Amino acid sequence: MRRSSAASKKKSDSITSSTTDLFRSGPSKATSKEMDRIDHLFNQYANTSSNLIDPEGIEELCSNLEVPHTDIRILMLAWKMKAEKQGYFTQEEWRRGLKALRADTLSKLKKALPELEKEVRRQSNFADFYAYAFRYCLTEEKQKSIDIETICQLLDIVMGSTFRAQVDYFVEYLKIQNDYKVINMDQWMGFDRFCNEISFPEMTEYNPELAWPLVLDSFVEWISEKQA
Amino acid sequence: MSFSQNREPITIEDGFKLIDAAVTKLTRIIEGKPEPPFLPEEYIGNYTIVYNMCIQKPPHDSSGPLYEKYGAILQAYDKLTILPSIMEKHDEYMLREVSRWWEINKIMVRWLSHFFYYLDRYYIARNGIPSLTVVGMTCFRDHVYEKVHFNVKQVVIALIHKEREGQQIDRALLKNVLDLFVQNGMGNMERYEKDFEDFFLTETNSYYSRKASSWIQEDSCPEYMIKAEESLKKEKERVSHYLHSDTEPKLVANVQTNLLVLVAKQLLEKENSGCSALLRDDKTDDLSRMYRLYHAIPEGLEPVAVAFRLHVTAEGNSLIKQAEDAATSGIVEEQVLVRKIIDLHDKYMAYVTDCFQNHTLFHKSLKEAFEIFCNKKVAGSSSAEMLATFCDNLFKKAANDKSNDDSTIESTIDNVVKLLDYISDKDLFAEFYRKKLARRLLFGKFSDDHERSILTKLKGQFGGQFTSKMEGMVTDMQLGKDQQTGFEEYLKNANTGKPKGIDFTVTVLTTGFWPSYKTSDLNLPLEMVNCIESFKAHYEIKTNHRRLMWIYSLGNCNLTARFDAKPIELIVSTYQAAVLCAFNHTERLTYQELIDQLNLSHEDLVRVLHSLSCAKYKFLKKEPASKTISKTDSFEFNSKFTDKMRRIKVPLPPVDDRKKVVEDVDKDRRYAIDASLVRIMKSRKVLPHQQLVSECVEQLSRMFKPDIKMIKKRIEDLITRDYLERDTENPNTFKYVA
Repeated sequence: MRRSSAASKKKSDSITSSTTDLFRSGPSKATSKEMDRIDHLFNQYANTSSNLIDPEGIEELCSNLEVPHTDIRILMLAWKMKAEKQGYFTQEEWRRGLKALRADTLSKLKKALPELEKEVRRQSNFADFYAYAFRYCLTEEKQKSIDIETICQLLDIVMGSTFRAQVDYFVEYLKIQNDYKVINMDQWMGFDRFCNEISFPEMTEYNPELAWPLVLDSFVEWISEKQA
Repeated sequence: MSFSQNREPITIEDGFKLIDAAVTKLTRIIEGKPEPPFLPEEYIGNYTIVYNMCIQKPPHDSSGPLYEKYGAILQAYDKLTILPSIMEKHDEYMLREVSRWWEINKIMVRWLSHFFYYLDRYYIARNGIPSLTVVGMTCFRDHVYEKVHFNVKQVVIALIHKEREGQQIDRALLKNVLDLFVQNGMGNMERYEKDFEDFFLTETNSYYSRKASSWIQEDSCPEYMIKAEESLKKEKERVSHYLHSDTEPKLVANVQTNLLVLVAKQLLEKENSGCSALLRDDKTDDLSRMYRLYHAIPEGLEPVAVAFRLHVTAEGNSLIKQAEDAATSGIVEEQVLVRKIIDLHDKYMAYVTDCFQNHTLFHKSLKEAFEIFCNKKVAGSSSAEMLATFCDNLFKKAANDKSNDDSTIESTIDNVVKLLDYISDKDLFAEFYRKKLARRLLFGKFSDDHERSILTKLKGQFGGQFTSKMEGMVTDMQLGKDQQTGFEEYLKNANTGKPKGIDFTVTVLTTGFWPSYKTSDLNLPLEMVNCIESFKAHYEIKTNHRRLMWIYSLGNCNLTARFDAKPIELIVSTYQAAVLCAFNHTERLTYQELIDQLNLSHEDLVRVLHSLSCAKYKFLKKEPASKTISKTDSFEFNSKFTDKMRRIKVPLPPVDDRKKVVEDVDKDRRYAIDASLVRIMKSRKVLPHQQLVSECVEQLSRMFKPDIKMIKKRIEDLITRDYLERDTENPNTFKYVA
């Protein structure tokens, strides 16, 4: 509700004034043409009544980009845009993202995706992206945790290509255990640390006396029992 | 040699001739041969020769040659006279020779130094060369001592061995000889140590090592210890008789190592006579000896303390096992078990204070041992629960049977408090105790003194917070008496509300002190309703803003039941009374009708009806007459009932709420952990995980031993609730979120 009201507020301002506000500092002529193309692209997918790109629009965008819409790259795109609500892109977010990618046409956008992926996977950015992925799934206001099923899907998308084994085992564990019905941000971040710091499947460095989240302690115990 | 004013310088040749003659005479005297002693003139004359020769003008000043001559004389004496005499002899005879010649040499050096004294005054001082005495001693050392000390040492050690084996030896001789070693060190103990002591200690080492091996096989532990003690005594005597005092600590350490330290495990664990057996059989003398012997050794007491702890733990564990085995159908005889544990504690504490001289190491061992077995469960009951039940039974019995004198009760209470110290789940004990205390206070007699006494002692040991609720409960009972008096006054004066012929007592409990009880919407018989109303009215006048919650499940009632044969007084709970009174108006009621009329829960009604119709006393007839209550049953007043007693007490069996107690305590623990974590983080602001956990455990250890996993879970919960956060730089550290 907040989102659309903000969007409509923006709509009431004249478009030209907001664009010039954003880009007063840069070279004027080239960027305003760029911005127009970006806006034009936006309007191709946006829902005219809400002036947002909604899930339908995103699906269309994905098929045009030839990227499955559960692909991590869409999530990365959302991150670049700093999109706040899952499944929706506002015009501001769209502009932010595409301007940063220097992509004002569909083909440029498509070409920019591999570069974007490299950028995200850089060590310095990944943790931020990883945290973003979690927050992106918090749909209700004041929601702090995500249910197990969604977490499993999210893990697969975000970490599946880099830490296949860990993700598979952890997902299996989450599905059979009963202690946790939801995962919070702290536990989510813990998993990233786990993948990066602990060798798998040996896990010799793991020390449950340190401040690892309890769910990971139980996970490691479960694996050790399986291996025995 | 007469003294004359001879201006002629004495030549070296002449001078030496005179000196040689004097020396010959001297040696004859000191060797004990027949020779007249020196006359004073002769003595002075000898000195004067040297004096003159020294002060003569060059080229006749003969200080240097005289100094050489002095050394040569002694050297010759050592080499040609002393050494050969010694070398001729063997064994003890040789020792005597050595001792004799040592004395002679000392005298020789002394006398000769007197003759040559003038050299000491000027020549030696001016040239910084060794004094006459030093020259003399050095000479002996180099030409005699060095040659014979090895053999001497062999003989000495052989003699010591003889003495160790029980034979008498010449101690004075050994003392002299060993003194010789010391003196030949010329200012330090090196000669004594290297030429004698080292060998002696090595020999001692193998001697006692052999003894230890054979004794440990043949002797029992007490016998061995006596021998060890004796050996140490003898060796110390040896030092005082002829060894140098420096040797004592090394010797003692040597003997202790061989006899006590190296065999400690074997000795202490000896079957049938080792530490365990001695403790079991009250062998206080032997245990005291053991303490004495091992106390003298640095860190020597540790194996003894370990043996003590293992023994006590084993004893405790076997008591637990006995109780476990004896527990039939899951009911444990905690009176027996707790008494036995108390007795065990008294017995072994006595050892600690007497035989082990109150040493902290043993206090610690005792504590550790008790902490191990006092925290074991027996047939599903935790020790906390058992101890609480024990107290309950103790006080119930004491209140009913005044013959028990107070001092035994008091000492038992002391023991209970001591045992509680070993139990880690103290909060669980408190909760069980509180529940049982409530029953004691409300149903039946209790002794205010005893109840207060234990609470005071618990407060002293564990702090006010531990006992505050229970104290509140006991105080409530006291206030209740005054309140009741006030209520009765009110009834007399008010002229209203005293329900016809019903005496009514109310006990007001302060919520929070007492365990929580369920309320129920029981429909009371009319007579009782009137009582309630009148009390309510009275209470409202007395107090302001207080809400009364009626707990009928805790009430009891005296009814008179008019059976055909005779009326009998029934002492029943309020619920039971309500059910019985329902039959005042109707002969026969079905289960359903009773439920509707009384508004009790099914569980409660079943319990009540069972106690009135299926148990020992059947006040109600049940149709059908089966053993259990079913919802289709119907009930009738059993007018044919009778019994020889005129008063019958029908208790309602209490609901087993062990599970609930454990759940409640768990819940409280979660809050306690949360509070502790927040308190710690608030004051420290930033803290690594492990430290946070250990400080939390430390803070809570007075009441219970927190589960590490539970602490971790609470930390995570606090993170979710934004009390704490993980440090972004260092994920093992937490920060307080203000």
